[in-house]
Amino acid sequence: MEIRDLRVEFDVPAGRLPAVAGIDLDLRRGELLALVGESGSGKSALSMSLVGLNRGPTAHISGEVRFGGRNLVAASEKELRGVRGRDISVVFQDALAALNPTQKVGDQVAEMIRTHRKVGRRDAWKRAEELLGEVGIANPVQAARAYPHQLSGGMRQRVMIAIGLANDPAVLIADEPTTALDVTIQAQVLKLLKRLQAEHGTTIVLITHDLGVVAEVADRVAVMYAGRVIEQGTRDEVLFHPQHPYTMALLHSVPRVDGPHTDRLPAIAGSPLTGVTRPSGCAFAPRCAFASAGCGDHMPELLRRYGGSGHLDRCLLDEPARGRARAGSDSQAVAP
Amino acid sequence: MIAKPAPLLQLEKLRVEFHGTAGRRVRAVRDVDLEIYEGETLGLVGESGCGKSTLGRAMLRITEPTAGSINYLGLDITRLRGTVFRRTRADLQMVFQDPFGSLNPRRTIADIVAEPMLRARGMSRADAQKAVGDLLDQVGLGREAGARRPHEFSGGQRQRIGIARALAPSPRFVVADEPVSALDVSIQAQVINLLTDLIRERGLTMLFISHDLGVVRHIADRIAVMYLGEIIEIASRDDFFAGPAHPYGEALLSSVPTLGGTSARERIELAGELPDPASPPSGCTFHTRCRYAVDRCRVEAPALREVEPGRQVRCHLPLLTVSKGAAA
Repeated sequence: MEIRDLRVEFDVPAGRLPAVAGIDLDLRRGELLALVGESGSGKSALSMSLVGLNRGPTAHISGEVRFGGRNLVAASEKELRGVRGRDISVVFQDALAALNPTQKVGDQVAEMIRTHRKVGRRDAWKRAEELLGEVGIANPVQAARAYPHQLSGGMRQRVMIAIGLANDPAVLIADEPTTALDVTIQAQVLKLLKRLQAEHGTTIVLITHDLGVVAEVADRVAVMYAGRVIEQGTRDEVLFHPQHPYTMALLHSVPRVDGPHTDRLPAIAGSPLTGVTRPSGCAFAPRCAFASAGCGDHMPELLRRYGGSGHLDRCLLDEPARGRARAGSDSQAVAP
Repeated sequence: MIAKPAPLLQLEKLRVEFHGTAGRRVRAVRDVDLEIYEGETLGLVGESGCGKSTLGRAMLRITEPTAGSINYLGLDITRLRGTVFRRTRADLQMVFQDPFGSLNPRRTIADIVAEPMLRARGMSRADAQKAVGDLLDQVGLGREAGARRPHEFSGGQRQRIGIARALAPSPRFVVADEPVSALDVSIQAQVINLLTDLIRERGLTMLFISHDLGVVRHIADRIAVMYLGEIIEIASRDDFFAGPAHPYGEALLSSVPTLGGTSARERIELAGELPDPASPPSGCTFHTRCRYAVDRCRVEAPALREVEPGRQVRCHLPLLTVSKGAAA
């Protein structure tokens, strides 16, 4: 999948909200790409626009999502229905809201199979039970007969993943799939995603705000801020040798269960951008401890600057300044 | 370890029951004994449904305990009524996870923050007005925020308002229930730092409830872990994070995804899910998921006992380092 200059804007009372402000991103076959960002960074709007889930009278979507020889942004709703759930599946954070409360979960999995393939009811139900077993539900025959409210949060999330996998899609988009789960259950679900990637060769886009989760499962990472990718690279590049001050500050501000105990967390001053107006220069500059006058002129391009060949960033800082930012010495000085 | 100060709050056999389905009683908090020392921040951790929020609310009688006592300065709070209860309760405040849900949208911030000063502390309007301004400065909103209403603020700012309101009657003890869980990482760090400063400046005693062990490690002096309504381990922060003594604590800590990645640690996978709190397993309630469980664990419920100075564990076979010479 190739994403080119994707833009998603929504009409809001104050004007047009640029949720996705021009994204270029390639999804490689079989990889697990983590999209990281805070609320309002555009990570969910981006993922939904990949399969046309946020189309509507107030949405303005442009650019290209090239997949299987087509541009999905320009595809008709009918074409998209053929793609969604078959070639590309989406798993949402809130499984309880996404599942039909009046239908047995087995029927919901079976329905997804029958939507895209000519399979009999009985065979589809059998396959649904198998899928529920594959996603680690202990008693799939019994679980298939249950209604969503009879299952725990972890089980429901597994059901969502089973529905997502019903037609063995090439791409699985998982939007904060473990955010509502306890850590012990989260560990099980993350392990499941990695197993799917390894066994089925599924390409996975994992949307998360949790950098610990990224460290555990991602192959590559794209960090988003204010509707744009501000840094991308392999997991190790981005987490252990970040190039953009926002990534660095984000990494510093996570309270950790390992490593030395620090007295103060280096916070990032201010709040993420949420309004319709955006600064002309770097969107992070108003919160950046290292910003200088030049940062206000224009948004830097997403380019390889000081990192490896696939390690790109949108920052004008030179290498020594990046080193200082990475050490985190100056970010301590920001507001409470 | 520094000499133990006197407990500010002492819970004895505190129990909270709810009506479950089919007339069953669900015991959300099961006879908890707990001491919270003056000036400390006690981190209360556990997974959803373990009873940690219910315990925090019961300590302030936001949820009425079914049985047991809460001793505060020689008074059993569960027995107080009327004016005495209201006055005592003003010493004990709560910060909620969702500040917006707990703030009246029609009132100004100054009114919201002033209310407990006027009502519980009997301050004059003029005194309250000045105190509100000072408090808004202290939580980093600035006194000019007083004229605005809750919807004009972002999530992190609203949590600052929630903190200001909790501190308005100058409490000695604060229960903070997942106060930063709904916030973005960068904002979360700001609010944690604010809480750390306020605890220090005001000598606050705090129960900090969170499912996030990283956050708890940052702010708490001691850690208490809950499982199915019971406290199963209490230890100093450093002891706990160096290695929990209860197998559940061990599994919980090992499940946290860290920036160091999996290679750094062994992941202990917990089989299955939390048992139904309405019918907890026999013996040790954790034995169904415990990788060390022996026959004794299935029949005999362990007591919460001190296994090392300052460390209590509810386990027949606590995980202790041999060098500490503990006889398990």
